[in-house]
Amino acid sequence: MSNYGKNYQVIVVGAGHAGCEAALASARMGCTTLLLTIGLDTVAQMSCNPSIGGLAKGHLVHEVDALGGEMGLNIDATGIQFRRLNTRKGPAVRAARAQADRMAYSARMKNVIENEALLDLKQGLVEEVLVEQNRIVGVKTREGLEFLGQTVVLTTGTFMRGLIHVGLNHYAGGRAGEPSAEGISASLASYGLRVGRLKTGTPARLSARSIDFSKLERQAGDKVVKPFSFMTGSIDRKQVDCYIAETNERTHEIIRNNLDKSPLYAGIIEGIGPRYCPSIEDKIVRFPDKNSHQSFIEPECLKGSEMYPSGLSTSLPPEVQLAYFRSMVGFESVEIMRPGYAIEYDFIEPMQLKATLETRVIDGLFHAGQINGTSGYEEAAGQGILAGINAARQCQEQPPVVIGRDQGYLGVMIDDLITQPTTDPYRMFTSRSEYRLLLREDNADQRLTELGRKIGLVSDERWRCYVEKQKQVEAAMSFLQDTKVTSSDSLTVEKLNLGDLKSGVSLEQLLRRPEINIQDVTSVCSGLRDYSPQALEQVEIAIKYEGYIKRQREQVKRDREQEDVKLPETLDYDAIPSISTEVREKLKKIKPTSLGQAGRIQGVTPAAIAVIQIYLRKKSS
Amino acid sequence: MNTSDTIIAPATGSGDAGIAIIRISGADSLSALFRFFTPTGRQTELQSHRLYHGLLRNDSDFVVDEVMAVYMAAPHTYTREDVVEIQCHGGQQVIKSILKLYQSFGIRLAQPGEFTYRAFMNGRLDLSQAEAVSQLIHAKTDSSRKLAIKQMGGGLSRVIYNFSSQLKHILVLTEAWLDFPEEDLPDEDIADFIAVLTDLKSKILTITETYSCGRVLTEGASILLVGQPNAGKSSLMNALLGEDRAIVTDVPGTTRDFLEEGLSIDGVPVSLVDTAGLRTSSDIVEIEGIRRTEEKISLADLVLLVVDSSRTPDQLDFSALESCSGRPIFVVYTKIDKAIELDFNTFGAFPVYRVSSKTAEGLDSLRHGISSFLKKDYTTTDETVLLTESRHFEALQRCLEPIGRALFCCQNNADLELIAFDIREALYFLGQISGETTTEDILDDIFSGFCIGK
Repeated sequence: MSNYGKNYQVIVVGAGHAGCEAALASARMGCTTLLLTIGLDTVAQMSCNPSIGGLAKGHLVHEVDALGGEMGLNIDATGIQFRRLNTRKGPAVRAARAQADRMAYSARMKNVIENEALLDLKQGLVEEVLVEQNRIVGVKTREGLEFLGQTVVLTTGTFMRGLIHVGLNHYAGGRAGEPSAEGISASLASYGLRVGRLKTGTPARLSARSIDFSKLERQAGDKVVKPFSFMTGSIDRKQVDCYIAETNERTHEIIRNNLDKSPLYAGIIEGIGPRYCPSIEDKIVRFPDKNSHQSFIEPECLKGSEMYPSGLSTSLPPEVQLAYFRSMVGFESVEIMRPGYAIEYDFIEPMQLKATLETRVIDGLFHAGQINGTSGYEEAAGQGILAGINAARQCQEQPPVVIGRDQGYLGVMIDDLITQPTTDPYRMFTSRSEYRLLLREDNADQRLTELGRKIGLVSDERWRCYVEKQKQVEAAMSFLQDTKVTSSDSLTVEKLNLGDLKSGVSLEQLLRRPEINIQDVTSVCSGLRDYSPQALEQVEIAIKYEGYIKRQREQVKRDREQEDVKLPETLDYDAIPSISTEVREKLKKIKPTSLGQAGRIQGVTPAAIAVIQIYLRKKSS
Repeated sequence: MNTSDTIIAPATGSGDAGIAIIRISGADSLSALFRFFTPTGRQTELQSHRLYHGLLRNDSDFVVDEVMAVYMAAPHTYTREDVVEIQCHGGQQVIKSILKLYQSFGIRLAQPGEFTYRAFMNGRLDLSQAEAVSQLIHAKTDSSRKLAIKQMGGGLSRVIYNFSSQLKHILVLTEAWLDFPEEDLPDEDIADFIAVLTDLKSKILTITETYSCGRVLTEGASILLVGQPNAGKSSLMNALLGEDRAIVTDVPGTTRDFLEEGLSIDGVPVSLVDTAGLRTSSDIVEIEGIRRTEEKISLADLVLLVVDSSRTPDQLDFSALESCSGRPIFVVYTKIDKAIELDFNTFGAFPVYRVSSKTAEGLDSLRHGISSFLKKDYTTTDETVLLTESRHFEALQRCLEPIGRALFCCQNNADLELIAFDIREALYFLGQISGETTTEDILDDIFSGFCIGK
């Protein structure tokens, strides 16, 4: 056994999407940081679909970006196709999505990390956490090397006791072609942390030159790209196309006839898979009436041939995979480059975490990403940056940072994780937020930039741009309120079809009309062209959705009454009279930080909340 | 518990007392009182801690009850908030009507123990009482929850549950469209939503308008006139109404269908129903009328069995009495201006009134008998049932607004996310009865109903 000799403040284990954000945040906040990964060639690897964003996930990327994270900048720099989703269903559910060049994405992130002054990137497979008197002191690698650190962030992805299934064969592995980490979960369990098991899967990767794209429907990117990051100007590089393919009855028959070769149906897989991302065999069994399933065929990178067929993840044997692909139109002579597979892995039940992502059992140990039972690059990045921030703040003896449910999807996610039992891998959906109308991509900067600045992650340049935008929003709003249109402004009346205009109205009042948007107003009012499109967008949303936004804010205010009642960690639930044993046990286990959070724990009744409130009042006086 | 709004509940316990007290607490107490209360002295301002006599009227200007009211300004009150107490007549129907009146004004029904809770939160109660309060809240909530569960089996709860599940269905589709735009989902067709929401809205309106809790208030207590043909029912009805509305002839069976008229008897709104005479008939129209009469009897709040005192009672009178069994009955002997041909004790232990529609003799006494009966009330439901029923009403009332907005959004092609917002809010209110719809429930339905996964 040997000691590496350098004492770190923050050690991050795993260089995936969670680990990279955690390590960058802590180093940028001034902590000497170590990022340990099993393989230096797989930093920020996209293990499954080669894309970032989508509903709620795009929102998370915007929030990570507003806090000063890297994901938004990284995808803006390496995206090869950008599409904005839900453009006509309301501002809160518009979301950015991009196909990434998987290789470029990984390479750029690695480069950013390598150039971060206080950050050391090293290869090493961690086998054990080092704990002294309930406090983390470091980690030990397979080679017996000990790295000492004040805090540790574990971002283990699918690597803890990873077990790969291809047909009825299975073998240990953290990802296709990479080893698993066999020791960490046992090491954590020995300190009393509860370990669970989940499953996920990925489809085969296909060779582009073996697909007849002329038989597939083409899907192009948006003509005008809206970047993920607040700091990215315009993106005008050439974009690539995706394609839409479909399974058919013959595909389904092949799969149905081979279900006995699926480890899922043979009862070999025990981990629970994601409900929103079932394997193709699962879809065919559960929805027997559907005679066709869609798949987006997505390029994985510019300088390579691999194509990713979405929605077709599987654990069937490679020969069955080949047979069903070849039954699909356009894939008659397709070649599989890597077979699809399912993977089971250990996770640590996240109800054992504080809202800071620090474990309750071991001080100084933080968890982020799939180790918390989540799924998705964006979810991982979100937890990663917050775990990194809180590990760093602990080293710097600063109070922790917790984001509220009304401040961001980041807050919703972590609150859900620590109060709700894990039923399947957790993915973010916009429906998980009770304040959806307030948590938009377009206002992520307004929600979190100031916090990021306070923490020390927002650069001077970003701060300057942010302040400038806020000024523009205010000025544009006053301009709209103060500028009047009368029936004598014939050009405006004609262009905006205002035949019914009787007395003078302000531009703001005009903009309230459902049929008039900010572009219409700008087209007749040259004064508005001085303001940036981003500022005008904010003003438009604030005016058009005023009623709903107001109602949502009132809801926040009502809920805040209980969110603001903090529950001390030392609160003795045994001393509170008249709450049921079941509720008492839950409260003791989860130790909610606020009355509001206590109310969200399954089974905690409003009566119990009232009782706690009375008890607190009694104690404080 | 939210402590910023204004709440209402009976402050007196269950059981039939002559007088009940209804308490309102919160910033809107005084304006709420004045919304429906007219002091006899026509005062426009009430002094704190002074008792005022007056009438409570609903929006149709019907008198709901004659009451005494006191306004107590904060902080010298039970809850340390502005408090109004209304002393009304003790019948359950009256209490229900008054609660409904204020609920329709936006005053929320208090949770079990909520007045005491507020008193404590505002520092009014001694600290040593805290434990007792918490136990009280726990016990009360528990028993009302058990009761609510017991009642889930039937009636209004089932209706609310059904409304909830229709709203949930809309929300599931909407959320699926919002969160999974790239998946293979049913077409975004909201025409169906418009149909469902329109139907829901009208059903809820009907229920909230005619719901028994407020019946005395809105359509009045239902009083049925039953008796054999030509017993004098129509004449009695006209006499009570004070005008000639029913068709009166000497040919038996003239009144073939119902004649329903609203009137106020000593301040209590009443719906008086004159029925087809109950007799064996071969006339098809009349047979149908008789069948419907029997149906109506089962719903009546009070039955007036009308018997012609100038004739010896016969089998038809007795079968008329039998058809009313189980309902509260007054026996009304008519035509006492003619020669009396029967024994007034013929029909046993029911209250008896003797009247002449022609000379108006005995009518006042009958009116008084009816109103005091209705005020005293005939049902003996306990307080919790009353509160549970009022909660159902409140939930329905509150979800109407968001349903209306959602409907407006659908009809005007508004953003899908706004429809989701309104449906969620409506579900939240109904959920207070039918159980909360969690995100997890919605997601479960999405993933089991649609093939999601790309």
